[in-house]
Amino acid sequence: MDQGSAAGTGGTFISLSDTEQRCFSGLYALCQPDSSGKLAAGKVAELFRASQLPAETLHQVTEVCGAKRLGYFGCGQFYVALKLMAAAQTGLPVRLESVAGELPLPVFIGITNEHEMRYPNHPSTNEIQAHILGSLPGSAPHPPADRAVLRHPDTSMDKQEAWSPPRSPGISPPRSPSAYRSYPYAAQRNGTDTLLVYDGKVAGRPSIPQENSSPSHYSLKVQSEQPVITRVASVERLVERAEMDYSDDPWRITEEQREYYTNQFRSLQPDLNALIMGTVAKNFFTKSKLPIPELSHIWELSDVDKDGALTFPEFCTAFHLIVARKNGYLIPETLPATLRPGFMETGVVTAPPSEATEPLIVFDDHTMPGANQLEMGSVDLQMTSRPGVTAKQDTRDESRKPEEFSPKRIPDPHEKPIQRVSTLKPDSPQELDANMKSRTRPRSYSSTSIDDAMKKVEEPPTPPPRPQKTHSRASSLDLNKLFQQSAQGAKSGWLPRPPALPPRPPATQIFSFLPGSEKSSQKAVQQPNFADFSKFSEEQESSVRGGLSTEDLAPPKSDSTLRHQGHTPQKPVRRKLHPESQSATPPLATPCSAATLTKSTQRPPPKQKREIQMAIRKNRETNAVLTRLNSELQQQLKVVHRERVTLESQLELLRPVTST
Amino acid sequence: MAVCIAVIAKENYPLYIRSVPTQGELKFHYTVHTSLDVVEEKISGVGKALADQRELYLGLLYPTEDYKVYGYVTNSKVKFVIVVDSSNTSLRDNEIRSMFRKLHNSFTDVMCNPFYNPGDPIQSKAFDSIVSTMMVQAF
Repeated sequence: MDQGSAAGTGGTFISLSDTEQRCFSGLYALCQPDSSGKLAAGKVAELFRASQLPAETLHQVTEVCGAKRLGYFGCGQFYVALKLMAAAQTGLPVRLESVAGELPLPVFIGITNEHEMRYPNHPSTNEIQAHILGSLPGSAPHPPADRAVLRHPDTSMDKQEAWSPPRSPGISPPRSPSAYRSYPYAAQRNGTDTLLVYDGKVAGRPSIPQENSSPSHYSLKVQSEQPVITRVASVERLVERAEMDYSDDPWRITEEQREYYTNQFRSLQPDLNALIMGTVAKNFFTKSKLPIPELSHIWELSDVDKDGALTFPEFCTAFHLIVARKNGYLIPETLPATLRPGFMETGVVTAPPSEATEPLIVFDDHTMPGANQLEMGSVDLQMTSRPGVTAKQDTRDESRKPEEFSPKRIPDPHEKPIQRVSTLKPDSPQELDANMKSRTRPRSYSSTSIDDAMKKVEEPPTPPPRPQKTHSRASSLDLNKLFQQSAQGAKSGWLPRPPALPPRPPATQIFSFLPGSEKSSQKAVQQPNFADFSKFSEEQESSVRGGLSTEDLAPPKSDSTLRHQGHTPQKPVRRKLHPESQSATPPLATPCSAATLTKSTQRPPPKQKREIQMAIRKNRETNAVLTRLNSELQQQLKVVHRERVTLESQLELLRPVTST
Repeated sequence: MAVCIAVIAKENYPLYIRSVPTQGELKFHYTVHTSLDVVEEKISGVGKALADQRELYLGLLYPTEDYKVYGYVTNSKVKFVIVVDSSNTSLRDNEIRSMFRKLHNSFTDVMCNPFYNPGDPIQSKAFDSIVSTMMVQAF
């Protein structure tokens, strides 16, 4: 009989966990067993191919499980084969010893198992199995058998049919985690394995509508997420878990996934705005055990700027594609719109901060103490609290009201763009770096470099509005200001407005401005809206001026007026001002800012002050970024000039040669 | 529109070769192989000049009555060969140059992929699609 042959195959009993039983029985049923329990060879072959193992492995599996000897796949051989395939997919050698331990479920791409769908809800097959289990000779101790039998006495269905929920010889499915621990392979994996295997089973069926299972599985996911995150080696199982939340579209990255990807990114590269090098990414993604051609294709899709390295959005895209692939979704030929790096950012840009408060309020209603932090307009706080809040929210939700979570998931897609606003805003100053590069490169002097062409490719995905703001600034004001290291001066309270306003300072008011050098010119820019403010600053400055050395003030002041008259950037003039203004501005900045702030609280409405402070911070960041960018560009310019000179000289040398 | 496009590595083994009437492949493979001699001859010709002074586009390697063979070599001695039908006289030199440029760009994208080991046959779908756009549309 099958059991005898199977038992004789290895001489060892193959133990299956409960979930494995269910999974395997589903697969067995899928392969259309005939009356004697043999499986249809065609279906088995299809299933084996779907496991994505190389052909030799499959041959090995067939041989080891005994089907080759028998000439067909009986129930026993099939189960052994499934276990062997699971072992092979985790990288273990195809031998019976490998299957003695704990393994995740084998992953079959594209095989849908409706039978398995029922299993979480109707453990009837389990009892059937248990019933037959009792009748099997030579089985190991069956603790679960008793348990299963106690469950439903529903098992007496025809024995032939009972074969279709198939039996595995020598099954002793130990349920308890303690039993798991006794296996040598399980030494590392322990309790999380129960969750993992369960998750794996769910993940192996991409056709299941996720809404039903997501609340219940979510708890498993969250609990298991923490310990597993630390184990980068088990990327494949993490992949299965990360699949959980395809609430609408498999090509959309949910928040938990994004959070998870962020953590993984950080593990490879602590700076979220830096690139992951190709080799590093290759090693990392190879751990997912996908075949190399597929990984290559995924890389092609996700590396949009084709630079051989992954930015954070590209990394998310790549990881998401890998997750999808592991869960059975075929990789499309082109990148889905939702996964493009530009998509994320356009979602960010179109969601103004006011919108951000609404979903956050939703969280507040559900008594998220952490969410209170989210209401702050501070970008940084949003960034840091967001992951903490989502984690807290998740655990609390699933513990209390799972169904409540599903309505909350509806604001999730809305939240996603907003969260990305928050997550991306800190990125934005640095991202501005990249964006600036893409924008300023065409205007830069080194237009012939290959880098330039590459950066031009970057341009389409970048979000239009945000960089354009700085774009306009850079073209007229900032680059020149940066020459003079305006960053420190920007800290003064004189930057009331983001740089969207037309740079047209009314001449009269400018003169009365303090010699804050560039700062005052920026203030001049925002003159129209802050007329009152400027008056206060004037007054303050006049009062303050008494306390400061007049020599410092006088020359910069006169020069600033000169400068403001000719508002177009005058580099030499400003450079001259630089040493003077720099000394002048810091001492001026602090007392004036204090003074102006006190004044500002009284007269202008308080929300303006907040806006001002926000704008100040933003501008500060922008300035720092632009300074860096500028210095980099200067260096590149020098390099390119040198190259050009050498090339020209070479050309000159060779010209007479080539003409002959 | 080419009938055959081939990418040959520095050591003169093919990395990628594709021809449109797939049944007559052997003839094109042979043609490409023999064209390598012409390529070698051309690139060794500019011996005294520095390597980067050499033009990447080699131009028409040799014509036969059926087809014409064009060559292009990169700075890393990877050769691209395009075979076009002689009857297709409308193809100008510039078009061939642009085809080579596209090929070169696509090839560098393949190289940038960390999962691609230099020297492996090129299996990139993106590269395939670029090549398909350049091939004669099979009817």
